[in-house]
Amino acid sequence: MSRWPRAVAAFGYEFVVGETPELAIGVALLIVAAWALARSRSPIGFWFIPGAVTLLLVLSLWRGTAQARK
Amino acid sequence: MTGTVLVALAVFAASAVEMVEALTIVLAAGLTRGWRSALEGAAAALACLVVVVAVFGPALIHYVPINVLRVVIGSLLLVLGLQWLRKAILRASGYKPKHDEDAIYRREVERLSNLPHAGSGRDAIGFAISFKGVLLEGMEVVMIVLTLGLSSGHLLVASLAALAAVVGVSGVGIAVSRQLREVPENAMKLAVGLMLVSFGSFWGGEGAGVRWPGSDLFLLVLLAGYVAVTWIAVRLLSRAAPAGPVGAVG
Repeated sequence: MSRWPRAVAAFGYEFVVGETPELAIGVALLIVAAWALARSRSPIGFWFIPGAVTLLLVLSLWRGTAQARK
Repeated sequence: MTGTVLVALAVFAASAVEMVEALTIVLAAGLTRGWRSALEGAAAALACLVVVVAVFGPALIHYVPINVLRVVIGSLLLVLGLQWLRKAILRASGYKPKHDEDAIYRREVERLSNLPHAGSGRDAIGFAISFKGVLLEGMEVVMIVLTLGLSSGHLLVASLAALAAVVGVSGVGIAVSRQLREVPENAMKLAVGLMLVSFGSFWGGEGAGVRWPGSDLFLLVLLAGYVAVTWIAVRLLSRAAPAGPVGAVG
């Protein structure tokens, strides 16, 4: 790979994933789950995303505080 | 209307935060390597950023279906917003040291002063440091302008809000010069994180097929909910925070 595409890919990875891979993976999973729920016309629809985002933030904060204590 | 105002506020605050960081680098480069090269570097980077918005903005609107755009953009906003919010909560509760622009400024000045000068005329190091600093900090602003502007259909409003922040922060920054510590950066980062997460949830959900009760007004419900969660998180974490400073400044 030449220098430019490699640098752009590295920047994109650092920008989206960086030191919090749990957030990138979690958001991807929650959007797919929201799409599946919306297609199945599930009644839990609109509160699923805020609930999942809150859970994701709590998990990431827990990881952040554990790293800070080390 | 609610969405438009929130978009403008979010873009303005995000751009202001990033501009403070870019300004630290430009001031350090200007003072040590000469103002001409530092300002030319900053101007060249700003021109590049404007070109990116002008090229990618209209192209994305015309060629990508709105629901696909909303899912991708909503996901990006959620990731970016959660990163900002996490960092700001950890800083507010004492788990991470606050971003000290004055310390960064002093470090940059010391580092740049020790590098050899080119003599008279343009200084390549000053230009490159300033260009790179503004470009890297500005790319995050470009992402926010594009994502918020495209999803809301107000790319122009988002671009103007970013421009207003660039002009405003540059003016204030030059006036206060070396007192960048006074800028309430963490509070601004917290507010932007909350808005990005609210917009990300709203548009990501809409693109995925979720129907929000009350349409655009539900954005305020999301924002209020995330504010409450953040407040509780800061309170709980502050009680359990370690006594001394943790980690590195950055």
